[in-house]
Amino acid sequence: MNWLTDLTPDEWNAVRLSIKVATVAMLASLPPGILIALLLARGRFWGKTLLNGVVHLPLVLPPVVTGYLLLLAFGRRGPAGAFLAEHFGIVFSFRWTGAALACAVMGFPLMVRAIRLSVEAVDRRLEAAAGTLGANVGWVFATVTLPLILPGIIAGMILSFAKAMGEFGATITFVSNIPGETQTLPSAIYTFTQVPGGDEGALRLTLISIIISMAALVVSEALARRVGRRLDLA
Amino acid sequence: MTLSVDIAHRQGNFMLETQFESAGRLTALFGPSGSGKSSLINIIAGLARPARGRVEVDGRVLVDTEKRVFVPRHRRRVGIVFQDARLFPHMSVAANLRYGRFFTPAAERYAEMDAVVDLLGIGALLDRRPSGLSGGEKQRVAIGRALLASPRLLLMDEPLASLDEARKAEIMPYIERLRDETKIPIVYVSHSVAEVARLASEVVVLSTGKVTAVGPAAAILQRLDLLPDEERGEGGALLETAVARQDAEFAMTVLASAAGEVRVPRLDLAVGAPVRLRIRARDVMIATERPHGLSALNVLAGRVVSIGTGEGASVDVHLDCDGATIVSRITRQSRQALELEPGREVFAVVKTVSFDSANTAAGLREEADM
Repeated sequence: MNWLTDLTPDEWNAVRLSIKVATVAMLASLPPGILIALLLARGRFWGKTLLNGVVHLPLVLPPVVTGYLLLLAFGRRGPAGAFLAEHFGIVFSFRWTGAALACAVMGFPLMVRAIRLSVEAVDRRLEAAAGTLGANVGWVFATVTLPLILPGIIAGMILSFAKAMGEFGATITFVSNIPGETQTLPSAIYTFTQVPGGDEGALRLTLISIIISMAALVVSEALARRVGRRLDLA
Repeated sequence: MTLSVDIAHRQGNFMLETQFESAGRLTALFGPSGSGKSSLINIIAGLARPARGRVEVDGRVLVDTEKRVFVPRHRRRVGIVFQDARLFPHMSVAANLRYGRFFTPAAERYAEMDAVVDLLGIGALLDRRPSGLSGGEKQRVAIGRALLASPRLLLMDEPLASLDEARKAEIMPYIERLRDETKIPIVYVSHSVAEVARLASEVVVLSTGKVTAVGPAAAILQRLDLLPDEERGEGGALLETAVARQDAEFAMTVLASAAGEVRVPRLDLAVGAPVRLRIRARDVMIATERPHGLSALNVLAGRVVSIGTGEGASVDVHLDCDGATIVSRITRQSRQALELEPGREVFAVVKTVSFDSANTAAGLREEADM
């Protein structure tokens, strides 16, 4: 095990950064993910098909294209990037926050899909019943809809997290590969494979990557089972 | 309580155009499936918006399309018990029960947890999950959940329709207690004469979206022509009776009614207890003289009041038995052979065994005490 845990500072940085980026990407995309999933599952509005297409775009575009589009929009001179930097002091380009943004965008369609399916499975008659018992729209959502779609939300979060852990193309295009700032696990592995004698480091990080992904999967399964038992679905 | 409904609502090709007023303690909305009963309930509860019209409960306007009034469902305080219970699957029975209570302003809460749990006999279920309950238990919890929101009006949308006979028999007494021991006015949707006869004080008959009759239960159920075809055989006279004495030797109960004594299979009730008795028209034979050598025990003397018309096999004969109405459905041929005419003195004959739990029920008690 020593061989596996004896990481160089750069390797440690990559592991820590990956987990941080994936966690932030997952948490930040959760509120808009739930909102968009609700809109797509229940909304009836003009442009719904368009919204659906835009949400799913990162799934079908080459990651490099998504990364380049992010660079154009959120780079220092990009319209969104300049605006955010000037008014809120938020800078994405060549920062770990940019890596999180890229990961969030890439995982977004997966998250929305998972939540949307669970929203569509909710028996709306239960919500009607809650309404007649005195709950307004907000309470109905908090006490009936949200608990019932929890399994879908957990699944969506795990998918988003896993996607972020593995994201490479969009991240490296948007924020490059700066050790300690934007060098996530996949970028670090890639870098190792590009230098002589890097095989050992690449293998080590690969194993760590597998362990983290497996752990995420196990945790999600356990969570889903617990929620499922609570809902009597399991 | 007065419920006043006057609405017009279109659903596809179906036109619901309904106007009635009811002040009954338990008003039955009665009609075959597809007559618009559930749409009407949904409009009263605020789950559907009528195209035009007005709904008023005790002077409080819930809907008035002309004045653009539409009270949202969560502010109506109109409880509803659905056919399919609709308990929240992610909550325990106790949490389901407490749900509506939480949203009711403290000053308007009149239903107490312990009293409701007691009334419905669900004390043993509180820690269970809805998925582990039987259909009858689910329905009792659903009734409790609606009650604990302290509604001004309780709607019950065919609460027994998805249950088998045994489960129905299990729940009926609880609905009777609800009607007799609480002051909540109830609107009860049903397509079953047996349920309406047992529970209703007032009946509104619906047919393809229109109200065809409104009146006290006894007056409506003896009008067999008002009942849907498939339920006509269940129609008949409704008598409010009381237990006169028990016949232990032959396991029978003797009921005193305006029409005379009626013997039914034993009921576990004290002497003096009110019993609402439904005598199905098809169970009543007519004899022109007091029959001898006949097994049937109940022979009621009466006079023919009216005889229905029609070209079918049967006609309905309404009899006046000392002020009580008895309806008999006989063949047109028998009517001719017996030369029955209005005014003629006859005897109505009913077998004791034609009464069962479906047509004997605890009677309406007049005072409410909760």
